[in-house]
Amino acid sequence: MTKVAAHANQSLLIMKRFLPFILIAVVALLTVGIATAIYRAKMRPTVVATAKRPPAPAPSAAASAAGQATEATPAPVEEKEDPSLHVRGPRNAPVTMEVYGDFQCPSCGHAAGITKELEAEYHGQFRVIFYEFPLAMHEHAVEAAMAAEAAAVQGKFWEMHDKLYEFQTVWSKVRNVGFFFDNYAEAIGLDVARFRADRLSQDLQQGIVAQGEAGTARGVKNTPTIFFNGTEFRGNFTKENLEAALKRALAEKKAP
Amino acid sequence: MANNGKKSRSQQVTSGPKRPSGVVYWIMAGIALLGLADATFLTVAHLTGDDAVCGSLVGCSTVLGSRYATILGIPTAMFGALAYFTAFSLAILAASGYEWARRLLVGVVGVMFLASLYFLYLQAFVLHAFCPFCLFSAAVTFFLAGLLLVIPSRR
Repeated sequence: MTKVAAHANQSLLIMKRFLPFILIAVVALLTVGIATAIYRAKMRPTVVATAKRPPAPAPSAAASAAGQATEATPAPVEEKEDPSLHVRGPRNAPVTMEVYGDFQCPSCGHAAGITKELEAEYHGQFRVIFYEFPLAMHEHAVEAAMAAEAAAVQGKFWEMHDKLYEFQTVWSKVRNVGFFFDNYAEAIGLDVARFRADRLSQDLQQGIVAQGEAGTARGVKNTPTIFFNGTEFRGNFTKENLEAALKRALAEKKAP
Repeated sequence: MANNGKKSRSQQVTSGPKRPSGVVYWIMAGIALLGLADATFLTVAHLTGDDAVCGSLVGCSTVLGSRYATILGIPTAMFGALAYFTAFSLAILAASGYEWARRLLVGVVGVMFLASLYFLYLQAFVLHAFCPFCLFSAAVTFFLAGLLLVIPSRR
C-alpha cells in the first residue's frame, strides 16, 4: 500500500513539475494556431492587394494605323463620355483638360495643385477629366486608385482625389495605407464600411486597368500626362506653362 | 525550519502555488494572456492589411498605419505578442516556484513597462492620436507591473 502511495505521490510530483511547461506549450500552440487560421481566413478573399498596375500592352496595329497614339490627335472626349468618367467643371466648357495621373506620383500632386488654382482663376472656362494611370514603381498607386474609385461609387471621387494628393507625402510612406484611406473616406463623409468593401472590388480594379490601357493606347507613358482639348501638354509642370497651354487652347477654341 | 533558505528544486516547484505570491503570479499569467490575445490580434490585422479592426475610430487608423507600427519591417504588435508570451511563461514558472523565472519576470515586465510608456508618448505627442488596442496593451502592462510591486509585501 505504502509503495503504491509513494509511487502515486512520485507521479504527482513529476506531473506538477511538467505542468507549467505543458501549459506554456499549449498556449504557444493555441496562439500560433489561431493566428494562422485567422490569417488564412482573411487572406483568402483579398484580390486587389497583389495587383500592381494595369498591364501595358503594346498599341495594336489597328490603333497605330488609326494614329491614336500621336500627340496631335484630338481625343474624342465628347463621344466616349459616360457617367463613370471623373469630370470636374461644366460640360459645355470650351476646353477639356484630361489628366492621366498616379496618386503616388509627386509631379501629379504638384500638377493637381496648380490645376486647382487654374480652376478657380478660369472658373467655367475649362473642365478636368481624370484617368487612373497607376505606375508599377509606386507601391501604393493601385490602392490609392482603388480608393478614389471607391469614393467615386458614392459620388465623391474629386473629394478623395484632393485628399489623396493633399496627404500624398503622408500615406506614401506607410505600409498599411488602408488605415489612412479610411480616414479620408470618413473625413469626406463617405459610408466607410461600403468604401472599404468597394476599394477591394474586382470590378473597380478592372475599371482602373481599362483606364490604364486606354491611356497606353493613346501614347501615355508617364504621369502626369495632360491633354488640352486632345493635344498633349509638353514641358515642365509649372503654373506658367500650364496656364499658357490653357490660354492657347481657349484661344484656339474661340478662333474659327 | 532550518533549511528554509536552501530548498531543493522539487521543493521549490511544489511549494510555489501555495504561497500568496504564487496566486499573484497565476493572476499575472492570466492577465498576460489578455495582452497576448490583443497583440496577436493586432499582428494578424497588420499582416493581412485588415484595417477594419479600427471601426470608425480615426485615431486608431492613424496609429496603426503609422511608421511606428513596424520595426525593421516587423509589426510592432508582433514584438508585443512575444513579450506577453514571455511574461505569461515566466509568470507560470514563477507561480510554480522557479526563482530564476521570478527575477527574469521583473526584468521583462520592466522593459515592457518602459516600452509602453514610449508608445504612449508617441501616441500623445508625436501622432496626436490614440488607438484603443494600444491603450489596452499599455493598461495590461501597467497592471502586470503593479502586481509585481504587490508581491514583496505579501511575502
